[in-house]
Amino acid sequence: MEVVDIVPPVLKNNVAVTTIDKLFKWARGNSIWPLSSGLACCAIEMMSCAAARFDLARFGYEVFRAGPRQSDLLIVAGTLTWKMAPPLVRLYEEMPEPKYVIAMGSCAIGGGPFADSYSVVKGIDEVLPVDVYIPGCPPRPEALIDGMLKLKEKIMHPERVAESRKQFVRSIDVEKIEEANA
Amino acid sequence: METGIVMTVANLIRGILMLILGNEFIVSVIMKLIGIGAMIGVISFAAILFTYTERKVCAFIQVRLGPNRVGPRGLLQPIADMLKLMSKEDIIPYGVDRVVWALAPMVLFVPSALAYAFFPFDDGAIFADVNVGIFLLIAISSQSVLTFLMAGVASNSKYGMIGAMRAVATSLSYEAPMVFSLLGIVMITGSLRMSDIVAAQQNTVWFIVLQPIAFLIYLTTCFAETNRTPFDFVECESEIVAGAFTEYSGMRWALFFLAEYANLLSISVLTTTFFLGGWSGPILPGFVWFWLKTIFMLMIFLWIRWTFPRVRIDQMMSFGWKVLLPLALVNVLFTGVGIYINRFM
Repeated sequence: MEVVDIVPPVLKNNVAVTTIDKLFKWARGNSIWPLSSGLACCAIEMMSCAAARFDLARFGYEVFRAGPRQSDLLIVAGTLTWKMAPPLVRLYEEMPEPKYVIAMGSCAIGGGPFADSYSVVKGIDEVLPVDVYIPGCPPRPEALIDGMLKLKEKIMHPERVAESRKQFVRSIDVEKIEEANA
Repeated sequence: METGIVMTVANLIRGILMLILGNEFIVSVIMKLIGIGAMIGVISFAAILFTYTERKVCAFIQVRLGPNRVGPRGLLQPIADMLKLMSKEDIIPYGVDRVVWALAPMVLFVPSALAYAFFPFDDGAIFADVNVGIFLLIAISSQSVLTFLMAGVASNSKYGMIGAMRAVATSLSYEAPMVFSLLGIVMITGSLRMSDIVAAQQNTVWFIVLQPIAFLIYLTTCFAETNRTPFDFVECESEIVAGAFTEYSGMRWALFFLAEYANLLSISVLTTTFFLGGWSGPILPGFVWFWLKTIFMLMIFLWIRWTFPRVRIDQMMSFGWKVLLPLALVNVLFTGVGIYINRFM
């Protein structure tokens, strides 16, 4: 929830409010502290991401906090099973607003190779609101860094993301898809 | 007797104020307020700057680059972090002891800031040069453990509770060798006054030469006192999440974070004063020498922080009671013998 959203429309042109909002967006975008939670093998790539070769610290995102209360971003790195889902959702709920979720890897996006299994959540968006999806099995650390920079763009310029989503929806040719399905 | 830069500037301001106001009492009150303001300014600025320094030094040790995207060379990174922490939701968990819980991060800053009153920054630039300096300093700085206890117990969480108990255990077992290691210095100086300790090193050699064992003991206990690796038991991630701070979010947690760095500066200053001759040094003004030595000590603290793994809690306790304390007592004995022999030479 941005500050602008809760400002009544009469005050929308207030310069001070929008400026502080911009400042906070800048601060939030440049200081995303992830929760150090790894579910499966994607977590290895996440760790590698913070290490010397890829160095997530350049962007200021290397502060992996151990507790949900001090972190801003939940990187769901790995296969989420139905047994693990309630603790993960609880972790998400314990994080203070504004909070973000990244679905990292095929399993987090849609169940991956275990999509047919009875025990695996078919994509974490069944239980959590996801901001950025990073495909790959597992995604390379560069992909995770790119995903976090995408998240930064989403935080700092939410209107751009909304615009590109509109363009994407427009570009989908519904008739063609229906033909292919038929 | 020549005075340092800080006192010269202070006297200049005092003179100007005397010309304008003319009342000595009002001027001295204003001077005290300016001093307090400057001190708090130094603490906050240093604490924010140290978060950046720590990340850069850590990156250097781990062959990384560290923050370099936000602002020139990543210098705006701590500002972004602080702004973000300020704008975060303020969670008060159900079941905490609200008053104690909310009070803990604020109270924590009091002993951290109060200790700065006894630091000799330059010749004559010491806020409260009392004759029980070291004693008062240790008494005040050991109060900081109380806030960890407040935070941990009031959190109503098992991790907070364990963290708080560990904080108290650490403080109890490491305060004793720390005091005994400083006793050697007090014996040589013959005074508890901070300015006398610096003056004693000015005329002879630095106390690191006379008291090498005390220096090592003091250095070790400093890590336990400031809860930094290898003794960061109040907040060890792999065992008890975030220890006493588990339930704190946003700005409340940031206060703990900043107080940790204020304490880091404070131990660097203390080590400089006790063992490295304080502000004394040739050619350069005392103020510059003081900060050079302090930054050198700070780098050593950061270096050790990022080099050693965490020891186990039982190892740490037994190390404190079975190694450091006897060693500190032996050091006191040998210092006494040395002083006695020195008297006849």
